[in-house]
Formats: sequence, C-alpha cells, structure tokens
Amino acid sequence: MAAGTVRAPAGRSRFRLRLGAWLLILPLFLFAAGTFVIPIGLMLVRSVQDPDFAAAFPRTAVALAAWDGRDLPPDATARTFLAELQAARGGDRISPAATRLNADLAGFRSLLLRTARNARAVGEDGLGTLAAIDARWAEPGLWAAMRRAAGPLTDYFLLAAIDLQRTDDGSIAAMPETRAVFVDVFIRTLWIGFVVTAFCLVLGYPVAYLIANAPARWANLLLVVVLIPFWTSVLVRTTAWVVLLQRDGLVNGLLRWSGIVEQPLALIYNRTGVLVAMVHVLLPLMILPLYSVMKGIGPSPMRAAMSLGARPLEAFARVYLPQTRAGIAAGALLVYISAIGYYVTPELVGGGGDQMISYFIAFYTNRTLNWGLAAALSLILLLATGLLYLAYARIEVRPEAGK
Amino acid sequence: MDGPDRFVSFDRVSKRYGAAVWAVRDLDLTVAKGEFVTFLGPSGSGKTTSLMMLAGFEQPTGGEIRLDGRSLRDVPPYRRDIGMVFQNYALFPHMTVAENIAFPLTVRRQPRAEVEAAVRRALDLVRLGGMAERRPAQLSGGQQQRVALARALVFNPPLVLMDEPLGALDRQLREQMQIEIKHLHERLGLTLIYVTHDQGEALTMSDRVAVFRDGGLQQLAPPLELYERPASSFVAQFVGDSNQFAGRVVRVDDGLCLVELDGGWRVTAAAAGGIAAGARTTLSIRPERVIVSDAGDPPENAGPAVVEELIYHGDHVRAHLATPTGQALFAKVLSGTGHGWLRAGAPVRIGWQARDCRALDPLPDHAGQEQ
Ligand SMILES: Nc1ncnc2c1ncn2[C@@H]1O[C@H](COP(=O)(O)OP(=O)(O)O)[C@@H](O)[C@H]1O
Ligand SMILES: [Mg+2]
Repeated sequence: MAAGTVRAPAGRSRFRLRLGAWLLILPLFLFAAGTFVIPIGLMLVRSVQDPDFAAAFPRTAVALAAWDGRDLPPDATARTFLAELQAARGGDRISPAATRLNADLAGFRSLLLRTARNARAVGEDGLGTLAAIDARWAEPGLWAAMRRAAGPLTDYFLLAAIDLQRTDDGSIAAMPETRAVFVDVFIRTLWIGFVVTAFCLVLGYPVAYLIANAPARWANLLLVVVLIPFWTSVLVRTTAWVVLLQRDGLVNGLLRWSGIVEQPLALIYNRTGVLVAMVHVLLPLMILPLYSVMKGIGPSPMRAAMSLGARPLEAFARVYLPQTRAGIAAGALLVYISAIGYYVTPELVGGGGDQMISYFIAFYTNRTLNWGLAAALSLILLLATGLLYLAYARIEVRPEAGK
Repeated sequence: MDGPDRFVSFDRVSKRYGAAVWAVRDLDLTVAKGEFVTFLGPSGSGKTTSLMMLAGFEQPTGGEIRLDGRSLRDVPPYRRDIGMVFQNYALFPHMTVAENIAFPLTVRRQPRAEVEAAVRRALDLVRLGGMAERRPAQLSGGQQQRVALARALVFNPPLVLMDEPLGALDRQLREQMQIEIKHLHERLGLTLIYVTHDQGEALTMSDRVAVFRDGGLQQLAPPLELYERPASSFVAQFVGDSNQFAGRVVRVDDGLCLVELDGGWRVTAAAAGGIAAGARTTLSIRPERVIVSDAGDPPENAGPAVVEELIYHGDHVRAHLATPTGQALFAKVLSGTGHGWLRAGAPVRIGWQARDCRALDPLPDHAGQEQ
C-alpha cells in the first residue's frame, strides 16, 4: 500500500517536530530553573541544614553525634572541643556557630566566645578545665544544645517555625510561652488573608459586574480606572494610604470637619490600616478574573431566568452566581495567596500586632541572618499555598463533574 | 377593540438609543390569539429590539405594548408569563437538562411531584426522553435547541417568543426543527412570535409575516400575499427572488398601469397602492413568471431579448437575459421541458402576464431619470 511507505518518514518527522518543540521551550525552562526553582530550592534546603557548628568544630560535632546524650559527654569530647576552640579563636567560623547556639539557648554566644578566649589545651580532665572557665559547662543542657547543633541535618528550624523544640532528652515539646510566636503569626496571617479576600470579593464582585455589563466605552474607562492602581507600585499605593489615613490625614480631616467624630480615629498603624490598604492593593486581582468570566456570560442567562419567572434576586442567586463560580474561585485564590505573602503593606501601615509571616521571614533573612529559620517559615508558607492550590484544583479543574 | 384578534398589540412603539439611533420607529402591529407571526428583516432592522420590549427587557421610548388587553408598561419581565427562546439558547450550563426545564416551575414553587411530571412531559414533547441528567455542554446544537424549547413551553405560557432560534443549526436540522416548531404550535394552540432573517423560514412556517426595515414595519401579511403582492420594492427584493426595473408611470387605470421602462419599452403591470401617473417606479417581476419562448410571442408584455448565460440548477435552469432597451433580467425555466433551443447567445422572445408584475415605489437608485 502506498500509504505504508510514507509512514516511516512521517513518524521520523513527527519526532523531529517534537524535538523542535522541546528545544523551543528550553530557554524558558532554563530561565525558570536558573532564576526560580534552583534558588528557591537552595534556600528551602537550609531549613533542614545545620552546618554552622560543624564548620567551626568538625571533630567535636562528630564526637557529639556519637554521644548518647545522657548526662555529660565523655571527657575526650570535651578535650577535643577545647582543642578546636583554641584553633577557632580569631577565625571567622566561630561567630556563626555562636549565633546558632545562642538561638537555641540564650547567653550561649557570650559564653562560647569567652570560653574560646580562655581555652588552653589539656592532657586530661577537659570537663574540669571548661567548668573552671565557666561553671555552666557542668550543665548537661549546654552539651545537649551543642549536640542538637552538630548537624548536618536538623529538624530544629522546622520545629521552631511551629513553636516546637526538642528537649534535652530528645523528645518534641512546646516552646515556652515567651518564645512561642510563630503559630500565632501564622494564624494571624491566614486570618488577615481571609478577611482581605472576603472584602475584595464583596467589593470587587459588583464592580466586575458593572464593568462587564457597561456599554463598551464606559467599560474600557472603568477597566483603566481599575488597572491604574494595579500598574502603580505597591509602595506608592501604600504610602498614599498613609497620607489619607494618618491622624491628621484627609479622612480624619473630613470626618472631623463634617462633625461625625470629635477626636481623630486611629485608622492607621493598626489592623484597620492593614486591611484597608491590602484590600485596595489586591482588589484588581479579584476584579480581573471575575470580569473575564462575567464578560463571557453576557445578559442572556439573567434575561432567560427572568422570562421564566424568576425575580431578579432569585435569578441572580440561582443562575448568575453559580456561573461566576470559576471567577470567584480564581480571584479568591489569587487574592488569598498574594495576601498571605504580604510584607510591605503591613510593615508600613500596620502596628506591631499586625505583622504577617513574611515580615518575620524578612527579619530573619536580613537582620539576624538566621536563614535556617527564615527558610523553615518560608517552607511552611509555601506548603500552605500549595495546599490551597490543590484544594482549588480539586474544585475547579472538573467543573462539569458533580454538583 | 380588544379581543382575540388583538392578543398582542404594538401601538406606535418606538425605541431610541441615544439621540440618533432609532432601533424601532412607530411600530403598529397586532397578533391574534393562536397566531404564528414571524418578524422578518435584515440584520439591524429592529426585530430583536421589538421582541425585547415585548418580553420586558427593554423599555419603549414611546408608545404602548399590550398583552391580552393589559398594558405591559409597569409589568416586570418575570410577571409577563411569556416563554422565550433565545438566539444562543441561554441554557443554564451548571444545571442538568431536567433542572433547566424544571426552572420555571421551581421558581413558581410548584410541588415536586408536579414538577417532575411536567418535566417528563416536556422532555417527551421535544423527544429528549433519555437526556434528562445530561448537562447542556454534553448535547448537540439541535438537542440544546430542543431543551430551550421545552423550557419555554413547560409552564404553559400563552405567548412564546423565539429570536432566531435555528440560526446556529445546519440546514437539514434547521428544516427538521422548523417542522417540529410548526407542529408544536398547532398542537398546543400557542400564540407564537418568531424572529428570523431567513425569508424561506418565514414563508413556510408563519400564518403572517411582518417585514421589518430600519426599525419600521414594511408589510404584515400572510406568506402568499407577501410573495404575490409585495407592498414595496424592498419587500419584493427581500422576500424571494425578483427582477427589478426602473421606469416611469404613464397611466394608471383600474389597478393596472402602463409603465415606460428606462430605454423606452412600455409594459403593463399591476399597480401597488400610491402609484400615480408621471411618478418614478420600480417594476418587480418574479423570475419564474418570466415567459421565455423561441418563436411565438407570450400573450402580454412581449419583447425581444438575448440569452447571455445559462446556469443549471438541477430542477430548473436560470437564464440571464438582456433586452435591446437595456434591461438585465433572469428567468427560471423548469428543466427537462424540451427547451433545446435555449442556448447562450440565442435570440428569444420574452414576456409576462400583467398581474405577475407589480409597479412599486422606486428603489433609491431607480428614483432618478436614467442618465
Ligand atoms: N443596546 C443598544 N445600544 C445601541 N444601539 C442598539 C442597541 N441594541 C440595538 N441597537 C441598534 O438598534 C438597531 C436594531 O437592532 P436589533 O433589534 O438587534 O436588530 P435585529 O434583531 O433586527 O438584527 C440596530 O441598528 C442596532 O445597532
Ligand atoms: Mg437580532
């Protein structure tokens, strides 16, 4: 058959086509890998890595890992430690190790640095020598903290990110209340995200409806009005809210001038300020997907419902609203995921009790250089985002299946 | 004045968008109970707007619409009890076929058992018995069309409106649905207003056809009258094929008139209303009424012509002809009737009966004297 003879070349050219397609997306692939996947991956790996102590005290770390963790370590370990302390003195590795230990046990940093200054090699009784420099070296808890920092892998940061820690005997327990902050911050972050999403939906839905059903030239104008803030830097928009909402800002001025309030309201540097500014910043992310879904619906379903006897409210609830579900889900997901990652806006217009998780990630990344903890917090935020997306995909990928 | 003959009435109804756009202008129209009336007209002639005003989705700028003697001015669409089939069907994609059809009953809070029975009857009516649990997206265009039909009929509205309901279907399906809709109309005794821009559909389905043009009504008449006695040259042109010649009325006399066509040929024609001696006119003659012969003269309006081109259409042959006085026309000749002499370039005699030819208002490009 003639058709049979052309088959093989067709197959080969199809393979070549597919290869071509792969080559075409190769730059994108490399770009995404180089700028996104790999850096983020490297950063996240830090949440389970604990290299600082082992870098300064490699042999001590090995010895501590071999120790069973009960009471005090063998004296040989203490002697090794003393030797390495001397060697590390003045080097640039000891400071990160001290910082790491201090994160676990307050006061460890100064103890370690002082001990290093006074350390000298001994033939025997290393523990005694250390105890002579500082009595705290006789406490088993100190050594347990060092053992926890011995690396190379650790669950210390991940546990700390959800307010847990390992006790000296190795079991997992809650952080003492004074140091437990992150669970509250996570709850606050998720809650603020929820409230912002709810406000965006309530405010954005009618706007999207208006734009989708307005005559073309009005619709274009309204879309631009919605998009202008979207194109403006977040920083500029947020500062504009500072101008509006501050104690003697525009809003308070207006309220007092009209006699509605006598004393200026606290509208900024608190939760109100955060919500107002975030809702404004994120509103376009809700309006745009809603608008695009509504644009595809047009007036005829509502008209059909009314011609069939449904009052406007019932027509809306039973016919229009369900058809915009995909837009609501997409908009809510976009707003929520953006909101829980927010950092600049709460920092500029919120109070101390309004900071969200990203603030702490930035804080540990930039100020205390505790990248392990920053990475652990990021990982949990990323997991929350991923779970949300999975939930969204489950609901929305098969819109025709089930009710 | 109100009665079964004026079940629906438009009384000098106008709809303006902005200052300049008259979507509908001074529309006067009545539909009798049980009648099938088609709104026919080119795109943009105001058919949909008229229907939307009747359904209550647009407010007339002026005039009055009545349904069963009652003014609709302050009646919201959901209380008009008018079944409507939309051009794009407007099925609810998130509901099953059964839920779609049940919708008008559930908003009326009918008991569940009654709703189920009515939905089953409606599904049988449009022959979709097995499709109840499907979603609209899982149906073909024709099936979706039937669901829309069932949904508009299930609550027994006395009046049903359909806006180009078959526009999206292919020809075969369209013809089948035309017959089904016609049968439904007869069986259920509905009053039906049907919108289309397809003149064939209008002629085959309706009791009366309303021809729209530029927001106004050109003629409202039964199909036969519309075809045989068009009231204007626009109607003659829009409904069916026609040859149209420019000329001047020489004399009017008892329903007939003598017209001198541009170029000098004088013919006799039936005069439409408003034709007066001395006025410009457009003469309209259907191509199948043009008589073509090889030797003997046709009895009336005979004259010479030359065959320019023959196009074979299976059941008939279309002959394009030219007269010495400058008229270009075409004639439909039934095929297989032994016109062996009919060849391109052949000289022939043509003619037609005076009553088959109508002198109408002049088309815009026939209004001026030739040259
Ligand atoms: N919402 C509107 N705004 C402005 N002009 C409109 C609107 N709806 C219809 N028109 C105009 O009114 C005229 C009649 O439209 P329509 O009733 O839809 O015609 P048809 O259904 O016969 O095609 C058209 O010229 C159209 O452009
Ligand atoms: Mg239309």
